[in-house]
Amino acid sequence: MSMPMPKIEAISASGTVQESLPNATFRVALDNGHKVLAHASGALRMHYIKIIPGDKVMVELSPFDLSRGQITTRTK
Amino acid sequence: MIKLKAPEEIEIMRAASIIVAEVLAELKGMVRPGITTDDLDRVAEDLTRKKGAVPAFKGYEVANRVFPASLCASINDEVVHGIPSVSRVLREGDIIGLDFGVRYRGFYGDAAVTVAVGAVSAEATELMQTTREALEAGIEEARPGRRIGDVSAAIQAHAERRNFAVVRDFVGHGIGRRLHEEPQVPNFGQADRGIRLRKGMVLAIEPMLNAGGPEVHVKDDGWTAVTSDGSLSAHFEHSVAIVENGPYVLSLL
Repeated sequence: MSMPMPKIEAISASGTVQESLPNATFRVALDNGHKVLAHASGALRMHYIKIIPGDKVMVELSPFDLSRGQITTRTK
Repeated sequence: MIKLKAPEEIEIMRAASIIVAEVLAELKGMVRPGITTDDLDRVAEDLTRKKGAVPAFKGYEVANRVFPASLCASINDEVVHGIPSVSRVLREGDIIGLDFGVRYRGFYGDAAVTVAVGAVSAEATELMQTTREALEAGIEEARPGRRIGDVSAAIQAHAERRNFAVVRDFVGHGIGRRLHEEPQVPNFGQADRGIRLRKGMVLAIEPMLNAGGPEVHVKDDGWTAVTSDGSLSAHFEHSVAIVENGPYVLSLL
């Protein structure tokens, strides 16, 4: 009897931007203490939402590599 | 964590898998126009209990749903997990997937075949043949030192060479003291990826191939998976132990 393939979903977490890096990449300190590298999402960039160090953001972490993610929203 | 099996445990699993294979052989002999999938289910259960084993699927729970029968009987566009019923009558030209498992002396055995009901189309024949060959190609990779991805890629390559699609939403699995154990065994993937296979692992390798697209969905009964485009689907499965000198197909008579 075959098994349903489990769905792999991104994990959301909130954090604070620490440092702005090249290529719309940021170092984000998550509230749980982990530090991750995160890209700004395409939607953020399309709407020219600027992200600077100190901003509160939501990050979706890759289930494959928990040290990388994508910034989905700026929460302030 | 993947539980490795000792040689004595593999022999018990061999005994369980032989019961599965014997029941499937009996069912194959019964398949003809006019018979219902419920007839097959009852024979499967009776024969299993006569052999001192317990049907594995009856009462089995996946994602809070309980499978109500001993046999999975999946006709034509049904991919897997078809529920036997007195109202499902086999007709000339159908193809039917028979997926069966037992528990015996604490261990599970699991296997599946797809068979023709009378004369079937050339497409159905090729689909069944290719699925069986894809399973064999996957089994060939199930040896110490290879990776799960080697099994997956061999199956996918064989299927796609014949222009059939591999179902993604269901996967094979480890098997042992439980019906579903780690690792997952997808029928698609990249060679040289995934966990490395070791002596003592036992895998249920089970390609599901569609004549049309790879998309499937589960019907309202919560179990029966069907192809989304209504195309034919075939399914073959063996329980395979990884031993020193290669694959040991436990469910082969």
